[in-house]
Amino acid sequence: MKVKIKVWRQKDQESKGGFKIYDSPELNPNMSFLEMLDVVNEYLTDQGEEPIAFDHDCREGICGTCSLVIDGKPHGPHQGVATCQTYMRSFQDGDVITVEPFRAEPFPVIKDLVVNRKPFDKIMQAGGFVTVRTGSAPDANAIPISKEVADTAMDAAACIGCGACVAACKNASAMLFVAAKASQLNSLPQGQAEKDDRVINMVAAMDEAGFGNCTNQYECSAVCPKLITHDFISQLNRDFVAATVRKSFKSKPSTAKV
Amino acid sequence: MNIVTALLKTSIGKKVIMALTGVVLVGFIFGHLVGNLQIFSDPEKINAYAHFLQSLGPALWAIRLFLLVCVGLHIWMAILLWYENKKARPRDYAANHTIQASYASRTMKYSGLIVLAFLLYHIAHFTVKSTNPEFHEMTWTLADGTVVLDVHLMMVVGFSSLPVSLFYILSVGLLSLHLSHGFQSMFQSIGLRTETWGRGLKVVAIVLSLAYFAGNAAIPLSVLTGKVCRPASVEAAAESVSTSLNTHSE
Repeated sequence: MKVKIKVWRQKDQESKGGFKIYDSPELNPNMSFLEMLDVVNEYLTDQGEEPIAFDHDCREGICGTCSLVIDGKPHGPHQGVATCQTYMRSFQDGDVITVEPFRAEPFPVIKDLVVNRKPFDKIMQAGGFVTVRTGSAPDANAIPISKEVADTAMDAAACIGCGACVAACKNASAMLFVAAKASQLNSLPQGQAEKDDRVINMVAAMDEAGFGNCTNQYECSAVCPKLITHDFISQLNRDFVAATVRKSFKSKPSTAKV
Repeated sequence: MNIVTALLKTSIGKKVIMALTGVVLVGFIFGHLVGNLQIFSDPEKINAYAHFLQSLGPALWAIRLFLLVCVGLHIWMAILLWYENKKARPRDYAANHTIQASYASRTMKYSGLIVLAFLLYHIAHFTVKSTNPEFHEMTWTLADGTVVLDVHLMMVVGFSSLPVSLFYILSVGLLSLHLSHGFQSMFQSIGLRTETWGRGLKVVAIVLSLAYFAGNAAIPLSVLTGKVCRPASVEAAAESVSTSLNTHSE
């Protein structure tokens, strides 16, 4: 099969950028989308043209490095898979496929299809630490956790931090990412000690980075390669309200020197 | 961070304000609708009800002020959120794609703006009566002899105009659309919505919106089709009053 790709080319962060259309060489329908780009890049290199820059790493859907908005949908036409697990057999011979970088003010384009997702690291850092007893390994199951709670925390922990939620959101909001990362710890007993600070600080870092606001349209969960539910956004909202109320009335420890 | 800063400065805080003012406004519009549906009863009923509201005095002004603050905050937050959202996505996609965002959710700002225009007109029409100064002259004598404003006649006269009625129906239609997303959205924004009951909530939101539209559209439609009109006895009395008034002026 052969396709045409209408792809975003941008030399660097400062350049303006624009779309270019390329004809792919003959493709195997069982190639992944990224393998298709590899083949196109080989062809472009042979032609003496700069290859298309795109993010990729594990190519098995667990690292969260690959991105791309394919025909307007982050990670391509399917549900619950990343771009690396999207195969060319999902397209028709002769299709024109539009490939764009994730669009959000906090995710500036570095080159072509590569965006800087550093604000996500800032949000993670703002989340801080979890207090644990150091020393010898703790006894297994010393803290009882119900199966349901453990499963919920695991669902949140499945987030690979790819940023597709931001890319799909009409407002470039990072709420699904922040909600998943916060809820992963907030759901577990080990995460309770710093819960209020974690929620407030992560939301502050999210706002600081310049992401948009959630308008409850749930485009994020629809494109999430890990199918993370927007119930976590509701949980984050609830935790944020509770944390703010508690913090506003709680007495602070004395800072007076003895 | 105290509660006020959190509400006004953070993204979630602004959404919470949208939700809480939304709750108040939903409560108000349904109360308002129930009050208006008294038009289908005897003119005495709605006129007495309107007189009761008017006679609340300072309480009426407190309620009006509270509603005004809620509307103001709702609009102010909407503008801030819209501005921030616009800034967060300076360049849109070439291939635009919507997966599951409802039509209502994508048009909230437009439906909201038209409803705001409607609200201003509605207040000028029936509250301040600046569009129809003759409404001030319409009086009704209650069973106990009190002379009050004839709201029944104001509504019948007001909705006899086809353009006015059409604008009312269009606006309540858009308000219902706004409501179908807003009613679900407010539960999500304060963290009460989950998939466990989210589907039920969606059904409730749609049923409420349709009921709201049906109730509101019924009033101008009934006036236009003559289903709601002045009772014959009242008309005869009004006729004699206006004749005597005319004789006086002549």
